[in-house]
Amino acid sequence: MRIVVLMKPVPDPGEERLGADGRLDRSVSAVINGNDEYVLEAALQLVEAHGGEVTLLSMAPAGMTDPVRKALAMGAVRAVLVTDPALAGACAWSTAQVLAAALRTLEYDLVLAGADTSDGGGGVVGSAIATLLHHPYLSHARKIEPFEGGVRVERISAVGHDVLEATLPAVVAGTQLLGEPRYPSLRGIMGARSKEIAIRTLAEIGLDDRPLGGAHATTTLLDTHAPAARGSTRVVRDLDTAAAAAAIVDFLVERRAL
Amino acid sequence: MTAAPALGRLTDDQRAIRDAVRTLARDRVAPRAAEIDRTATFPEDLRLLLAEQGILGLPFPERFGGLGADLLTVCLAIEALSSACATTGLILAVQELGALPLLLAGTEEQLARFVPGLAAGSDLIAFALTEADAGSDAAAVRTRAVRDGETYLISGTKRFISHGSVASLVTVFAVTDPDADRRRRLSAFVVETTSPGFSVSRLEHKMGIRGSPTAELAFDDVRVPVANRIGADGDGFGLAMRTLDRSRPGIAAQAVGIAQGALDAAAAYAGQRRQFGKSIGEFQLVQGLLADMDARTEAARQLLYTACEEIERGAPDAGRWSALCKLVAGDAAMAVTTDAVQVFGGYGYLDDFPVERMMRDAKITQLYEGTQQIQRLVIARALLARDA
Repeated sequence: MRIVVLMKPVPDPGEERLGADGRLDRSVSAVINGNDEYVLEAALQLVEAHGGEVTLLSMAPAGMTDPVRKALAMGAVRAVLVTDPALAGACAWSTAQVLAAALRTLEYDLVLAGADTSDGGGGVVGSAIATLLHHPYLSHARKIEPFEGGVRVERISAVGHDVLEATLPAVVAGTQLLGEPRYPSLRGIMGARSKEIAIRTLAEIGLDDRPLGGAHATTTLLDTHAPAARGSTRVVRDLDTAAAAAAIVDFLVERRAL
Repeated sequence: MTAAPALGRLTDDQRAIRDAVRTLARDRVAPRAAEIDRTATFPEDLRLLLAEQGILGLPFPERFGGLGADLLTVCLAIEALSSACATTGLILAVQELGALPLLLAGTEEQLARFVPGLAAGSDLIAFALTEADAGSDAAAVRTRAVRDGETYLISGTKRFISHGSVASLVTVFAVTDPDADRRRRLSAFVVETTSPGFSVSRLEHKMGIRGSPTAELAFDDVRVPVANRIGADGDGFGLAMRTLDRSRPGIAAQAVGIAQGALDAAAAYAGQRRQFGKSIGEFQLVQGLLADMDARTEAARQLLYTACEEIERGAPDAGRWSALCKLVAGDAAMAVTTDAVQVFGGYGYLDDFPVERMMRDAKITQLYEGTQQIQRLVIARALLARDA
C-alpha cells in the first residue's frame, strides 16, 4: 500500500508568536504537528503489516526540514516539500490546492492527514483535498485497516464510534486515538540523512499562475487571544511530582492557605 | 535538560543522536530513575529500550549490525542517559567497556561470533579485570588460565564486576604466565556465562548506581576454547590498559550527565522554592552556587569532548586525555551534585527529590575505571615520559 502522509511542520506548541503582519512567526523551532505524528505512526504500522511505503508531503518554508527529517527517521521513505516564497501567509484554501496539485504528481493508494493542526486549527485541509481530487473522505479515524480495494476506519462519534468503508484512493483524517507515535531509532536517524527530500516550487507542480498564498488569502487572522490571566497565576513546571507538590505547598503556606 | 553544550563542534549526526537520546531520557528513563535506585533492580525494560532504539549498537561496527559511531557520539549518548539515570547511562558504558578488548584486538572470526548479539543489545558483556586484591594494582591479578590442549581452564574470583550477573559474555583477564614480567603475565578471554564452572558468588550493596548489578564472579575450572582468547598469550595487561584509555571517557560522560541532571534540578527548584517572600534563585548566594555548578559542568564537558576527539584521531597521549577527562568530570560531578543538595536545602537530603541520588551516584565516577589518584598517576607519567 502506497501511503502519503500530509505532514505540517508547526511552531513548538506554546511557542507560537504572531508577527506584525498577522502571520505566524515560522522562524521559531518547528516540530511535527501532533495529529500528523499520530497518522504517520498509523501509516508506518499499516505498511509494516501489509507492505508498501510511506511518503511525506509538506508545504512549508524552505528551511523547515528538521521535522521532515524526524518523520523520515521514524520510517517514511521519502519526502516532498512544496516551498515557494509566494506561499507565505497561505490560507487553508491555498494550502489545499497546493497539496492536491502535489498529490497529482505522486502515486498513492491512501492519503492520511491529521484531523487539524496546532497552529492553524481549521481542520479543513484534508477534506478540501479529498473534494478537489474526488476522493472519498473519512474523518476522525481512531483505527484504520485496509481490505482488498478499500479502507475501513473506525470514526469517533458522539457516543462511541462508527465503522465506515471507502474505496481507494481515499483521504483519511486521524487523531491521537490512533496510538502513540514511535521514537525514531538511532539507525533511523542516521538513515534519514540519505533519504530524499524533493523540493517542489509552485511552478513545478503547475500552479505558478494561480492566485495563491498570502496575497490571495481568503481569510485573514485579525487577532489572537490567550485566556485572560486570573490574578497572579503561577504555573509549576519542570519539576518531578514530589518537587512540584512541595512547590505548591510552599505557595499555599506563604499565603497562609494551609 | 535546559542547558545545551555549544553546538559548533558537533556534527549534524551527533546533534541528532544526542537530541534523540535526550528525548528518550526525559520521557522514558527519568520517570524510572527513583524506583531503579530504591529497589536496586537492574532495569531490564530500559535495556530493551536501549537495544530497540539502537543505542546499544552505537559503539559497534556497521558490518556486524552496529552503528559505527565514534567515541564522542557514544559519550553524548551516555551523557544524555546519565543526566536522567546514572544506572541507565552505565548500561551503554559497560557494554562498550566489556566489548573494547574484542573491538581492539579480536579476530574477524571472533567479531563475527560475538559482536552481532552485542550490537543488537540482546547480549550484554562485562569486563572482568578487578579482583579483591587487584584493584588499582591491576597487574596483581591471581585468576589463572591454564592451557589444556585446545582449551584453557580458568580458575579464580573477580570482584566489583559491573553487569557481572546480567551479562551473557564476560571478558576475563587471567594469568597465563605467572613467571613473566608484570606486563606479560595476563591474557584476555571471552567467557560465555553459560559455561560450566561459572557462577555469580555475590552481589554488592552499593551507595549509588544501585540498579547496576556489581557482582563477584567465581570461575571454577571454566573451560574456554583457545579461539576465545583475545590477542596473543601475554597481551592481556596491555589490552586492559588500551581498553581503559578508550573507556574512561564513557565514565567522564556519565559524570557530566549526572552533573547536568543535578544542575537542571537545582536551577528549576531555585526558581520555584520561595523563602523570605521570593524565589531562592533571587538570592545571590544561591546564584553563586548555580553559576559555579554550571561552569564546572561545562568545563568538564568541553574537556571530555576534546579528549574524545584526541583519542579518536589516535593521539599518542590518548591515555593522558582519557585520564584528564575522567579526573575533571568525576570531581565536577561530585562537587556539582553536592551543591545541588545544598540548593535544595533540607529537602535535598530526602529521597523525595533526585539530587541525593545523583550525589550518591556521582561518587562512583571518582572510583571506578581507576580512582582519581590513579588518573593523576597516568597523567603525571605521560608528562614525565614526554619530557624524558
